[in-house]
Amino acid sequence: MAHSSELEGIQQHPISLYFKVWGLLFVLSGFSFMVDYLQLQGGLRWTLILIFMFLKAGLIVAIFMHMMWERIAFVLAILIPPLCVLVLILLMASEASYTNLNRLLFFD
Amino acid sequence: MAISSQSDANGLNGFITDWASDKDAFKNVSWGKAMMWIFLLSDTFIFSCFLVGYMSVRMTTAEPWPNASEVFALTIAGEHIPLILIAIMTFVLITSSGTMAMAVNCGYRRQPKQAAILMLITAGFGICFVGMQVFEWTKLIVEEGVRPWGNPMGAAQFGATFFMITGFHGFHVSIGVIYLTIVALKVWRGDYEKRGYEIVEITGLYWHFVDLVWVFIFAFFYLW
Repeated sequence: MAHSSELEGIQQHPISLYFKVWGLLFVLSGFSFMVDYLQLQGGLRWTLILIFMFLKAGLIVAIFMHMMWERIAFVLAILIPPLCVLVLILLMASEASYTNLNRLLFFD
Repeated sequence: MAISSQSDANGLNGFITDWASDKDAFKNVSWGKAMMWIFLLSDTFIFSCFLVGYMSVRMTTAEPWPNASEVFALTIAGEHIPLILIAIMTFVLITSSGTMAMAVNCGYRRQPKQAAILMLITAGFGICFVGMQVFEWTKLIVEEGVRPWGNPMGAAQFGATFFMITGFHGFHVSIGVIYLTIVALKVWRGDYEKRGYEIVEITGLYWHFVDLVWVFIFAFFYLW
């Protein structure tokens, strides 16, 4: 474990970077809101929602949560495990569409 | 303890060196910070389970899902604006994330008073967010008649997932407000003068995580 004074030497980030990211998050949230306000539908809507979501999430984790400045061993230890959720999403999605199909066939 | 230089830390080699080394794999990361990250990782799975559960019930239901854009619309000054309350809540939370980042920066610059004030401002935005959520819930329960077991607009699962997901997030924000206030007061009192102000960053990690979760809730529950 590094002593706190060493850490403080590393973590002096220019404050202007935080302001830029802050502004960017506002703009991206504005874009997300506009997707709904303009009532975009279908594939375009879902693509835009996901793009803005991942950009915002990436900025928060990389800059505000300082992941950008952490060592790769730590970054991977934290960011790889959540990928398991993708497997869960795939499993549950296939199960859910099967259930939905059955409901439409037998209960409508 | 030997800490390898920054150049060793990058790439696959750095990863292998760190993980194969003695004693600890996370160089340059204090225990407090590592444990906060591991807690946040576990919290990620909890929220993921809620959101995947929401996906499942929304996909399985044969009834139409209520249109969030209309459910969360407000009429302000005679103007009917869809989803406006949620947009304002999002902006409040992002603003609070910004003030938190400033607080962390002030902590590392050894300006404890400024850091404490910025943390209290962040907590203030958090209270503001929870207040708007209370308004939103009240409107939904009293005016729209949304219940966990049903609602007049469509699929019954809407209420259950809405109260569960936003409720759990609101709970996180409330806990965050308490946590921020306690740490801010301790910072103000000078408790961390000797140990350094990494505690502000660790508290900040929790707060940014709450904002991060909201990004996903906003996208999947309110916009989808």
